[in-house]
Amino acid sequence: MENKRNKYMNPYLAGFLIGLMMIFAYYYAGEGLGGSGAFKKVVISGVDAVNHDYAKNATYFASSVQEGSSSPLNSWLIFEVLGVIVGAIISAAYFGRLTFKIGKSPNITNKTRIIAAIAGGLLWGVGSQLGRGCTSGLIMSGMAVNAFSGYVGLAAVFGGGYLFAYFFRKLWI
Amino acid sequence: MGPLFPQELISEPVNLLIAFVIGTGFGIGLEAGGFTNTRKLAGVFYGYDFVVLKVFFTAAMTSAIGLFLMNNYGLIDIQLTFYPSTFWIPTLIAGLVMGLGFIVGGFCPGTSVCAAFTGKIDGMFFVGGVILGILGYSLSYDKIFKSLHLSGGMGKVNIADFLGISNGLFIFIVTVVAVVAFVIVTKIQKKVNSKDPVPAIEELGL
Repeated sequence: MENKRNKYMNPYLAGFLIGLMMIFAYYYAGEGLGGSGAFKKVVISGVDAVNHDYAKNATYFASSVQEGSSSPLNSWLIFEVLGVIVGAIISAAYFGRLTFKIGKSPNITNKTRIIAAIAGGLLWGVGSQLGRGCTSGLIMSGMAVNAFSGYVGLAAVFGGGYLFAYFFRKLWI
Repeated sequence: MGPLFPQELISEPVNLLIAFVIGTGFGIGLEAGGFTNTRKLAGVFYGYDFVVLKVFFTAAMTSAIGLFLMNNYGLIDIQLTFYPSTFWIPTLIAGLVMGLGFIVGGFCPGTSVCAAFTGKIDGMFFVGGVILGILGYSLSYDKIFKSLHLSGGMGKVNIADFLGISNGLFIFIVTVVAVVAFVIVTKIQKKVNSKDPVPAIEELGL
């Protein structure tokens, strides 16, 4: 059998597919695709479950956890991200990529990669909340409707990436 | 006419079911495009792999062109969508934080979910980091982030209006820039990989 695990969809075709999904998202739901929004809902419902009295009085949580409102998990972004998970698994299974691996440069250790992954995740966690979304929810969904916010995000995230790339090159090349 | 859910033309359960279907298509596009491979993602910043740029801009411009045309032909009213408001100061600062997070962590939240659930162990730790980051932000919001988060508010600003040009012209310009960029980065990628190749992704068995 031909080994497909290093094969990828044509990038323009993959982009076109994602673009179509974005159009459907705006057409049906009136909002764009998201990534970090689902994480936010998970954190909100987790904190609410642990300490409801705190959550209903803290600004960040209050609007989502008042008595009588439906669970933060019963939301468009959560169902969308559940779909993303299923879609990714279908695709990875098709290409034979559904195995445990650590993705990294051969020049760094697994430990270094894991620490960097956690640190990167922390930065995205804070950034996505401060900036009202991540690559999907802020930038791509913004660009889809010519929103100024999407282009500010685009310039800052990719600009920041190129700005800092030199200092972290040993992680990748 | 769309958007359907905000006008109560479809029920909430139907909207959530459609969310799941749309998400599935999004997930297939991300995984099949190579976005669970952290080295392919980081390649855009070092010139050895521009798949991020190609997939990302194709997706953004496909949706921008599609929604622009649908809005013009009365198939959707963009004014009725949950149009993003711009808070330029926190978005600019947060964007730089996320850019640093991209270089250090090698994913963004959406791609890390795909990676984590298809067996990439680094993706799982990244997801844990995102959740901890949001938790830290949320618990310190009132004390630390609130005033910054709410600063720089401009309302629902359309960039074409901001620049004083039509939406169609703006989309046309960005599309031309994207296509030119696709040609240039393909050349850069060939040059970088012929001169000083990073170990091929294929050799790593990722």
